[in-house]
Amino acid sequence: MPEQLIFGMEVFLNGLMAGVLYALVALGFVLIYKASGIFNYAQGVMALFSALTLVGIMEGQVPFGHLINAIFGTEIHGFGWHVPAFAAILLTMGVMILLAVIVQKCVFRHLVGQEPIILFMATIGLAYFLEGVGDIMWGSEIKKLDVGLPQGINTLIDETTFGWFGYGFFIDNLDIVATVIAALLVTALVIFAQYTKQGRAMRAVADDHQAALSVGISLNFVWVMVWSVAGFVALVAGIMWGTKSGVQFSLSLIALKALPVLMLGGFTSIPGAIVGGLIIGVGEKLFEFAIGPMVGGATENWFAYVLALIFLVFRPQGLFGEKIIERV
Amino acid sequence: MKLKLATLALGATMAAGPVMADLVFPSLSYRTGPFAAGGIPFADGYADYFTLLNERDGGIGGEIAQVPECETAYNTEKGVECYEATKDAGALIYQPLSTGITYQLIPKVTADDIPMHTMGYGRTSAKNGKVFSHVFNYPANYWDGASAGVNHFLEQSGGSLEGKKITLLHFNGAYGREPIPTLEALAEKHGFDFNAIPIDYPGQEQKSQWLQIRREKPDYILFWGWGVMNQVAIQEAANIRYDMNNFMGIWWSGSENDVKPAGDGANGYKSVQFHNVGSDFPVFDDIQKYVVDAGKAAGAGDQVGSVLYNRGVYAAFLAAEAAKQAQDANGTSAIDASMMRDAMENLSITADIMTAAGLPNFGPEFSVSCANHGGDGMSAIAQWDASAQSWSLISDFATSDASVITPLIDADSAAYAAENKIEMGCN
Repeated sequence: MPEQLIFGMEVFLNGLMAGVLYALVALGFVLIYKASGIFNYAQGVMALFSALTLVGIMEGQVPFGHLINAIFGTEIHGFGWHVPAFAAILLTMGVMILLAVIVQKCVFRHLVGQEPIILFMATIGLAYFLEGVGDIMWGSEIKKLDVGLPQGINTLIDETTFGWFGYGFFIDNLDIVATVIAALLVTALVIFAQYTKQGRAMRAVADDHQAALSVGISLNFVWVMVWSVAGFVALVAGIMWGTKSGVQFSLSLIALKALPVLMLGGFTSIPGAIVGGLIIGVGEKLFEFAIGPMVGGATENWFAYVLALIFLVFRPQGLFGEKIIERV
Repeated sequence: MKLKLATLALGATMAAGPVMADLVFPSLSYRTGPFAAGGIPFADGYADYFTLLNERDGGIGGEIAQVPECETAYNTEKGVECYEATKDAGALIYQPLSTGITYQLIPKVTADDIPMHTMGYGRTSAKNGKVFSHVFNYPANYWDGASAGVNHFLEQSGGSLEGKKITLLHFNGAYGREPIPTLEALAEKHGFDFNAIPIDYPGQEQKSQWLQIRREKPDYILFWGWGVMNQVAIQEAANIRYDMNNFMGIWWSGSENDVKPAGDGANGYKSVQFHNVGSDFPVFDDIQKYVVDAGKAAGAGDQVGSVLYNRGVYAAFLAAEAAKQAQDANGTSAIDASMMRDAMENLSITADIMTAAGLPNFGPEFSVSCANHGGDGMSAIAQWDASAQSWSLISDFATSDASVITPLIDADSAAYAAENKIEMGCN
């Protein structure tokens, strides 16, 4: 088999894996947009905030420790305990639910019926607020996140492909785990949306929140639930990306990777986020592999958007998005 | 730490206003945003050293040093705003800590007659003082760093790089592309194959780049990254089991922040440094006693001895020494920016000066002249020990390959002079 084809296959597989990680971020956007029509600019910061909280809880860090020390002249740095990863994840989820309640009660409840652009602006404010709170609460140093996920080359794939092609493929164990988790997450979300009472309420609100209100569905509850689920998805994305790079403030920039995925997959489809992620991941990696060296490399960032734009020309609502027809 | 945010510090300083004779060293810092983890220790080190001088020595030559801080968030526009907001407070020197801000400030500081020190960043050809009268980049610049890396690999390869492959993995921007001309010239001189692989900002996803490296199997990798790009690159290198002995970052890719997230996988990773590492220097005992324990530290006091904190201390030390030499040369403690510039142009840092400051062998000995604003371009190689969780220098400070770098600096600065109609000075 030609060497370039073998390399291309390796790049393709890694593109799929990268796409799953992009999709994890995009899912959070989809959930909130689907249920409330809000494009949540703060989704990347929510991933950061959840990862910061997770590490802080795991390491027994005192929230607002720097602030307390500065005001009271104390020397408090930590509780001195180490919380197991699973328990810390549960506690972090509790924090994200609390955040969802606060966001709903303090921000969006007062903005019901406002123009989408107003809601979008509110999420920008929320992003900056959360970033600041995260900084004061947990500090801005880079933190190592280790919840026990495997990292590094998968030797089984490496050796097997070496036996087949004389060249061992590199697949990161973390990417494999991310793929499995993403698959479980999407399945769970689809089951939740289709077969649970709360899920049906969410879909009803998404379809027509006035009609949903008229049949007794609590808008407030549904939106808190959706923000909580989005917080959970943000936590999963934060764990995956934070394990790769350490937990730091640039984690919020992962949202940049989700935008072309949303444009391509549609803002309202959970499967669309996954398929969009895979197409973007594979597309950008193969383009970088085949064309990148001819144009100086570093094509991935812009190519992802170009690819999404090409799809938009033919399907403005994205691959799986709902076609909106407004009659006047 | 967070309470002493830049805005508060600047606000307080501006409200109080500097006493006329105070020596003002504005700190254009970034404690917020994606690069905060790198900006905070530097800003802390810079402020703490001046606090030490004030608390222990009563200032510099009897004058209190003021360090008004202005938050740039590593953003060029904000950096320029900070410059405009602080320059009239009697600023003696600017250290903008960003190549982007540096490029914008070069014409401004020249017009305002305020010196700017861009230590290990900024425009490399500013070393030519004949063209860049108000910009200084001692003790080393990016091209010195590239040369130091190649010299180290040369030594590692037994004196010859003939037929070897060296890859530059770099931030896809002005900063990351800076060393390319030098490395191309060095490739020609030493007979190694050179290629550059760019990474787009922010660099959280580098799979393509590392698959390419895995396919091409370079013998050595030089790395010019910043921010999250650093942590991801080192993690990916560990993932593909690249030999960390052959992977070296420039000084902006060689702090504790960069290696700790990769854990044991980062063991053996190297970096070029233009100052020493660790906290085993007398000055840190004094900082602990007079600054941290006294509750006057700019931060939480937990960064003392880290690479970037040390860099902040070193930047402040070089500024303070220039101020002292300006006071001596002019016979007055109340110096202005013009006197400071002249002193920087005649600055000489010897082993005795560093020892007297509690910083023995903290940096290279060097001297500056009208034509040479960059010193001798000396740097050393540091290596990360993951089990000890510490960096240590594994070489002495050594000069770069001037035979390659000087012609490049002359050509680039001459082009800048022609473009901006600058008459060569130092005649």
